[in-house]
Amino acid sequence: MDAQAIRADFPIFEQLIHGKPLAYLDSANSSQKPRQVLDAMTEFYSTSYANVHRAVHVLGERATAGLEGAREKVRAFINAPEAREVIFVRNATEGLNLVAYAWGASNLGPGDAVVVTELEHHSNFVPWQYIAQRNGASFLMLEIDDNGDPDVSQLEAIARDHTVKVVATNLVSNSLGTIHDLGPLTRWAHEHGAIFVCDAAQAAPHMPVDVRALDCDFLAISGHKMCGPSGIGALWGRASLLERMEPFLLGGHMINSVRYEKTTWGELPHKFEAGTSPIVEAFGLGVAVDYLSAVGLEAIESHEHELVAYALDRMVEVPGIKLYGPPADRRAGVVSFNVEGIHPHDVAQILDMQGVAIRAGHHCCQPLMHKLGLAATNRASFYLYTVREEIDQLVEGLHVVRKVFA
Amino acid sequence: MNEFDQMYREVILDHYKNPRGHGVLEHADAEAEGQNPLCGDEVSIYVAFREDGETIDEVKFSGRGCAISQAATSMLTEMVQGRKAGEVATLDKDELLEEIGIPLTPVRLKCAMLGLTTLKVALHKAKGTPLPEGLAGFDELELS
Repeated sequence: MDAQAIRADFPIFEQLIHGKPLAYLDSANSSQKPRQVLDAMTEFYSTSYANVHRAVHVLGERATAGLEGAREKVRAFINAPEAREVIFVRNATEGLNLVAYAWGASNLGPGDAVVVTELEHHSNFVPWQYIAQRNGASFLMLEIDDNGDPDVSQLEAIARDHTVKVVATNLVSNSLGTIHDLGPLTRWAHEHGAIFVCDAAQAAPHMPVDVRALDCDFLAISGHKMCGPSGIGALWGRASLLERMEPFLLGGHMINSVRYEKTTWGELPHKFEAGTSPIVEAFGLGVAVDYLSAVGLEAIESHEHELVAYALDRMVEVPGIKLYGPPADRRAGVVSFNVEGIHPHDVAQILDMQGVAIRAGHHCCQPLMHKLGLAATNRASFYLYTVREEIDQLVEGLHVVRKVFA
Repeated sequence: MNEFDQMYREVILDHYKNPRGHGVLEHADAEAEGQNPLCGDEVSIYVAFREDGETIDEVKFSGRGCAISQAATSMLTEMVQGRKAGEVATLDKDELLEEIGIPLTPVRLKCAMLGLTTLKVALHKAKGTPLPEGLAGFDELELS
């Protein structure tokens, strides 16, 4: 994989930031977009745009083909059995809310438990906490052990005291980059008759994701983190579960028939896609999937492992640096760190002035930050277009940060 | 002068490294906690009034935050000493911004305002006056 050549596909890098080349190390927050996606979306708007599923005219047909073609691409990308199991949503957060409301609200009650981990993004934590509490069910969190992995020794006690209904966790942690082995948790969930909900927002951009190999029941992804536009994501769910679920959003397009007395729901996936879809965004996500597949997810994953190993090597040169997270071969392209005595906001601000973009904050993971005894960390994150020169620029920048606060 | 010398000018770093009014008042006449959900920063503000029950005698703060939020809060404790609670509760933010004297992006503006907004909540709570628009509905303050 030639990251320099890939980089040329991304127009964002054709500018200087504060007079410096852009080192964009914030891809775990949101990724940049290749020209292929941007051009295809403009072309679609210019030649093929109309509303989908209801227009008889040729533009309506083209637009419908564009949307449904994207659904099929996403299906293949995650190796799902059927395209009708792929629901377009705004982002992974909306997908996870859909499951929490449309499945959780009808299936959770007193004595039941939802189990998450301390490593969750708020998107896979807050909806479950809310629905569980509203329905009188227990909301339980697996704490992390000293290796940063969920402590599965708590599982036996949980199953003894509760009826486990949902196990929800991410495949890759967005704050530490940890790639989890979900096998034991998935098996445990299914042994106890629970559904397993996988937040793959941080995994899908960086490694092959296969819903059949994961043996999950629901899986959510966000387009904006994987070279696609913002405002589009996908939720995959087993057809057998989706069919029995109540709808989430109600209104146009999701119905079969509407009478004053009673409304009946449409077929999958329409039952869960009320209103006019983000048509061109979904189409753009399909193009992004093509782009990533052409490069190859295995190649992207190993490129990121190399970058993380290089970054960890280089960053220890900076006096006072503290690095968080697992070894390079167990993490996606994420390095969380702090510089002793300097708040992450100040680190990020001074780096920005040198053209280096990183994230500073709690990364929507306040329970984890609380465990680590931190308010915030800095996070540098990498993607297929990231090159070593950007990491060098980061390390040089960190030396300047220390000088300013010396 | 380059950009980071501007933002992290001497006086900011001085207030950050040697914050004035850092600490806790055990028997405060007014207090409040504020947090910035954007970054998780937290600040607690404590106020002691003089015998007239209106003049601010002392302000202390504790918590954690970036250089901008800590320095701004530190400057604030000096700025409001000896002033009337009612006046500070409606203080124009520009007065503090002038004191800070550096260009701030919208995100960093929230850092700079954390202390002042929390102080205003503390004063309104102590005086039983309704929180002004923008702060209404926040018992424990969250800037968003």
